[in-house]
Amino acid sequence: MTGARAQGPAPAGPGPGPHAPPRRPARRTAGRRAPLPLLIPAAAGLAFLLLPLLALLVRAPWRSLPEQLTSAEVWQALRLSLVCATAATVLSLLIGVPLAWLLARTDFPGRGLVRALVTLPLVLPPVVGGVALLLAFGRNGVVGQWLDAWFGITLPFTTTGVVLAETFVAMPFLVISVEGTLRAADPRYEEAAMTLGASRFTAFRRVTLPLIAPGVAAGSVLAWARALGEFGATITFAGNFPGRTQTMPLAVYLALQNDPAAAVALSLVLLAVSIAVLAGLRDRWMTAS
Amino acid sequence: MPVRTRRSETEKDEEKDGADDDHDGHHGHHHGDGHHGRHGDDGDPHAREGGRSGMTAPGDAAPGPAPAPARGEGLDARLVVDRGAFRLDIALTAAPGEVVALLGPNGAGKTTALRALAGLVPLTDGHLRLDGTALDRTPPESRPVGVVFQDYLLFPHLSALDNVAFGPRCRGAGKAEARARAAEWLERMGLSEYAGVKPRRLSGGQAQRVALARALATRPRLLLLDEPLAALDARTRLEVRAQLRRHLARFEAVAVLVTHDPLDAMVLADRLIVVEHGRVVQEGAPSDIARHPRTDYIARLVGLNLYRGRAEGHTVRLEAGPAVTTTEDLTGPVFVAFPPGAVTLHRERPTGASARNLWRCEVAGLETHGDQIRADLTGELPLTADLTTVAAAELGLHPGTPVWAAVKAAQTHAYPA
Repeated sequence: MTGARAQGPAPAGPGPGPHAPPRRPARRTAGRRAPLPLLIPAAAGLAFLLLPLLALLVRAPWRSLPEQLTSAEVWQALRLSLVCATAATVLSLLIGVPLAWLLARTDFPGRGLVRALVTLPLVLPPVVGGVALLLAFGRNGVVGQWLDAWFGITLPFTTTGVVLAETFVAMPFLVISVEGTLRAADPRYEEAAMTLGASRFTAFRRVTLPLIAPGVAAGSVLAWARALGEFGATITFAGNFPGRTQTMPLAVYLALQNDPAAAVALSLVLLAVSIAVLAGLRDRWMTAS
Repeated sequence: MPVRTRRSETEKDEEKDGADDDHDGHHGHHHGDGHHGRHGDDGDPHAREGGRSGMTAPGDAAPGPAPAPARGEGLDARLVVDRGAFRLDIALTAAPGEVVALLGPNGAGKTTALRALAGLVPLTDGHLRLDGTALDRTPPESRPVGVVFQDYLLFPHLSALDNVAFGPRCRGAGKAEARARAAEWLERMGLSEYAGVKPRRLSGGQAQRVALARALATRPRLLLLDEPLAALDARTRLEVRAQLRRHLARFEAVAVLVTHDPLDAMVLADRLIVVEHGRVVQEGAPSDIARHPRTDYIARLVGLNLYRGRAEGHTVRLEAGPAVTTTEDLTGPVFVAFPPGAVTLHRERPTGASARNLWRCEVAGLETHGDQIRADLTGELPLTADLTTVAAAELGLHPGTPVWAAVKAAQTHAYPA
């Protein structure tokens, strides 16, 4: 966007000429032409990101769209996606926020390593995550065999499995976001609370948590969006059973092979959800600079 | 720097050593004025001045049985905290109703001492007893201690009322009771109309009072104030200082405040404990400390020229070199102090200077100081002198000018080191 603006005529100001006096040095090189070796790749990059989305809109089966979107299968997949992503976010909050607090506020041996391990799922191919989950919680998995034998609980290829797979992939986003907010928050508020008689947990609950609420919210949205789009770990660990484990991304992939128009329609829904999320976060990130 | 004693040079090396410094020999024994603590109802500042004037002179500060606070009452602490290369080691006692100020330069360890009292920093060694109860191992949330933090740390998401109610609530009061108590405190601070206001909309002075109310609402037996006025601008400061003084006068338990501002310390506290490099260097009533400084830091704070030397009758041979004639008749190690205003400067050697101390000096620097000129002198005896602008002009002073500096014996003050 910046490139395009720099190229266009400046609507106001003392002319965009190259000899514009360098009054207050602005952070952006406003009113000056961006050099071509930067401008061309920048435009290409922008186009590369936008063209596929445009293609999606151009080729969307607008006429049959209402019909596509009201089909029972779409609704089933969409509902499952929303429910699972939300459940995964809640689970991430319950175990991820305390984990973030531990990383940000306490000092224990090997904290750096723990932090690295927490962020590992961010870079791990989701399919590998799915395989790892199977080896841990599968029916013959390290933990799964005991869950099965003692409690009769089976996790893989169930809706719960979907939630677990999504949590595995999405929680690091929440942890990193909350940890960053915690580090930026003044820990002395917790001390002030303690001198007033609050236990460390009360201080966390009544002081720290409200203070970092914006960061927690942003992290939650990020985690939720990541969970909503989860594909690799889900299909590996939970399979692809309509109504039980077939979330939107899985449905899109499947539909693309049988009914491309349906795939496009489903994709449009996910695109709309993503744009809504971005709009919800715009105050936080879009105006970051 | 107007004052030259050996101290500033030696101290850096001694920072980590034990209590081997002879200046410190007296510390910890001289907390006798605990009995001047004010009681309960009295908010009259003059009553406190009266209490101060009865202070012991430093000459009487020889180690002896200190009239300690009544058994079990008040604060009795020795705080030792190791922080890497820095070691804090101070003794601190105070009677109920007494306001003690820890005064010292930045980095002296005052705030660390306060945090140790609050339990936010563990003691490496020493002890901490409050009203006869050992608190060394008590976690901060269980100590009967209230803290007013330097920038107040009011919880930004809570209203003024809920900030004050936070403490009572955590200490077991029901929601309604806690809020009623908080409302009472806000009223006492004259802030009732701000009960529903969030901290960011309070002025500095108001925030300070809310912070004080919040700390007092838990009915602490020890009130700690960390630079309570530092966050305020000059005009607010004057007003808030007076208010704080009234509230402290009404407070019936021990109050310890930390400040690097001598004026705050002298106005607010009954007793000063001067801390430098993690150690107590002087302790006593504000007026006493102002008259008889024992370190460069304090002398600078109260604006005196200070020297160490050895007295033989009316003559004191200074460590800095020359001798000073004084009116006091003393023997042994002493301090000699005189104000910059007592120094007169001459271009020619003055004649008939019988009872005068006279030194050859050279102007090192000049600066305006109020409506006067303050001259920094080097030479036989480094000192500062205050003179009127007219006098400075007549003498034609500028850096490098050789001058004679004279001080009458009657205007010097010698006291045992």
